[in-house]
Amino acid sequence: MSPADLEAVYEDLAETLDAMTEAQRPVFLAKLALLMAEALGDAGAVRGYIAAAVQNLDA
Amino acid sequence: MRPAGRGERDSLYFTYPTFEAPSGAARAGLTGRAPVVIVGAGPVGMLAALELARHGIASVLLEARDTFNDGSRAICVARQSFRILESVGAVAPFLDKALGWTTGRSFYRGRQVLEFAMPDSADEKYRPMYNIQQQFIEQYLWEAISRSPLIEMRWCSRVTGIADITGGLRLTVEDTQEGYAMEADWVIAADGARSPVRSLRGLRLAGQNFEGRYVIADVQMRHDYPTIRRALFDPDCRRGGTVLVHRQPDDIWRIDYQLAEGESEAEALREERVRASVAALLAELGHEGPWELEWWSVYSANTLALEDYRDGRVFFAGDSAHIVPIFGVRGLNNGLADAQNIGWKLARVLQGRAGAALLDSYSPERRGATLDVFANATRSARFMTPPGPGWALMRDAALNLALSHPFAGELANPRQMTPYTYADSPVVLPDDPGFDGGPVPGAVLPDAALEGGFLSERLGPGFTLVTCAPALAEAMAGEVEAVLIPPGSGAALLLRAGPRSAYLVRPDGHIAARVHDATAEDIRTALALSGCARQGEPA
Repeated sequence: MSPADLEAVYEDLAETLDAMTEAQRPVFLAKLALLMAEALGDAGAVRGYIAAAVQNLDA
Repeated sequence: MRPAGRGERDSLYFTYPTFEAPSGAARAGLTGRAPVVIVGAGPVGMLAALELARHGIASVLLEARDTFNDGSRAICVARQSFRILESVGAVAPFLDKALGWTTGRSFYRGRQVLEFAMPDSADEKYRPMYNIQQQFIEQYLWEAISRSPLIEMRWCSRVTGIADITGGLRLTVEDTQEGYAMEADWVIAADGARSPVRSLRGLRLAGQNFEGRYVIADVQMRHDYPTIRRALFDPDCRRGGTVLVHRQPDDIWRIDYQLAEGESEAEALREERVRASVAALLAELGHEGPWELEWWSVYSANTLALEDYRDGRVFFAGDSAHIVPIFGVRGLNNGLADAQNIGWKLARVLQGRAGAALLDSYSPERRGATLDVFANATRSARFMTPPGPGWALMRDAALNLALSHPFAGELANPRQMTPYTYADSPVVLPDDPGFDGGPVPGAVLPDAALEGGFLSERLGPGFTLVTCAPALAEAMAGEVEAVLIPPGSGAALLLRAGPRSAYLVRPDGHIAARVHDATAEDIRTALALSGCARQGEPA
């Protein structure tokens, strides 16, 4: 994925999140996580990303 | 509980008998010694008595109540339980009455997100699950007990004391006429979740209580829907909650619904409240006809068990030993398997055919089954009743995603369990690596269509040798019953059996051992180890 591709995904996510209610946001993100996990097809890798995303949350 | 104006036994569909304590001449024999006393005549206690009788052992069955269970309670009877009922000669009325089913459907906000089917095929004599009310289960087991000369039933009889004596136990019993004492070699405590015997022995259940509490309500109505279990997540009638709907015989429908957060049990159990909840659900299901409220109760999803199911000469079976959440429908089914397990083992020890070591396998085998249920039921319970905000978010996300992507709906599949495999049992032999697949030792022998009937029907009350080798069956004649299966038949393929392969099957249908190229000596060794053949030690 090129930096431009990542940026396009970033913008799409931001706009999509802005277009929904606050209550819908966590459900949407959790759905997205499940969808991408299924598409990736590698439970070990997904669990690695979960651990990575948890880092520095209270930074 | 029942609607105002109706007594505890005023059922819309079931006529409760009233039993009395032993009277007249029968009282002269009350203080005699019994090989086995079973405390509690629910399904588990009655099954234990029938299993002992199947092996020729007499028992006395003590029950504090004077009739059957007050409501439908445990309604899902699994395939393996039907095999157990068949083995004790009680299955016929169950087959006539119960509603077999294979399919479940889950809905999220009114839209279907999952339909699952439990494994079934022409190789199976019984369906994966049957629905039948607990009163009928008890009535049909009672009818089988009435036909047995080996079982002495004493209703209205409470156990108030149980003390160890040399080589046995001394029980104090109170019935409606008087108190008396009697002795027993062994006691099976099948006296339920609040087991008095457990308290008398100073034992406690240990484990977890889940937050979720459910009301279970039975209604009678003409309702056009097949016998398919429905799970409604976040329905309009109960936002944030979960509702389960099961069909039962006699136009009775079971509705289970979760209490709202902060709703007290007392409030939820008020008749008007139950009626309002049921009416709202029926409206959502599109039921427009009349309905009558039959009975309701409440339960919580707990996982509690004894550390050891054996305390000296007392064995705990069913709810006295373990409380499981209902989602896995294993409370009754595992209780029946407990009763069968301790039944055949006690019988062999009492007959002097097995050493006392056989009894030591009861707790590891059956407690293992409970822990397995805990793992599965905990999973189901967490989906039905999320224990925290993270669990709730992921559950909602999965259900919402399932509206468009069926893979996510599988997260709502309760995966009703198959019988537990006794992999770590002291009386199950290690597997023979010569097999390429097939059922392993400790598992229940799978059923298979065989010569116009089923393999399961051919298993004897004792150990059974299942083999393709006529010479082996002949060599073992007089030592163990044998079932010959034709090489290359469906049964042989299912068992991955070669021309000299052999399975040794226990009285409970579990595989004790299997040998790919078996000799008579292999089978003798397996029989001795798995049956704890007696070598001179006192039972």
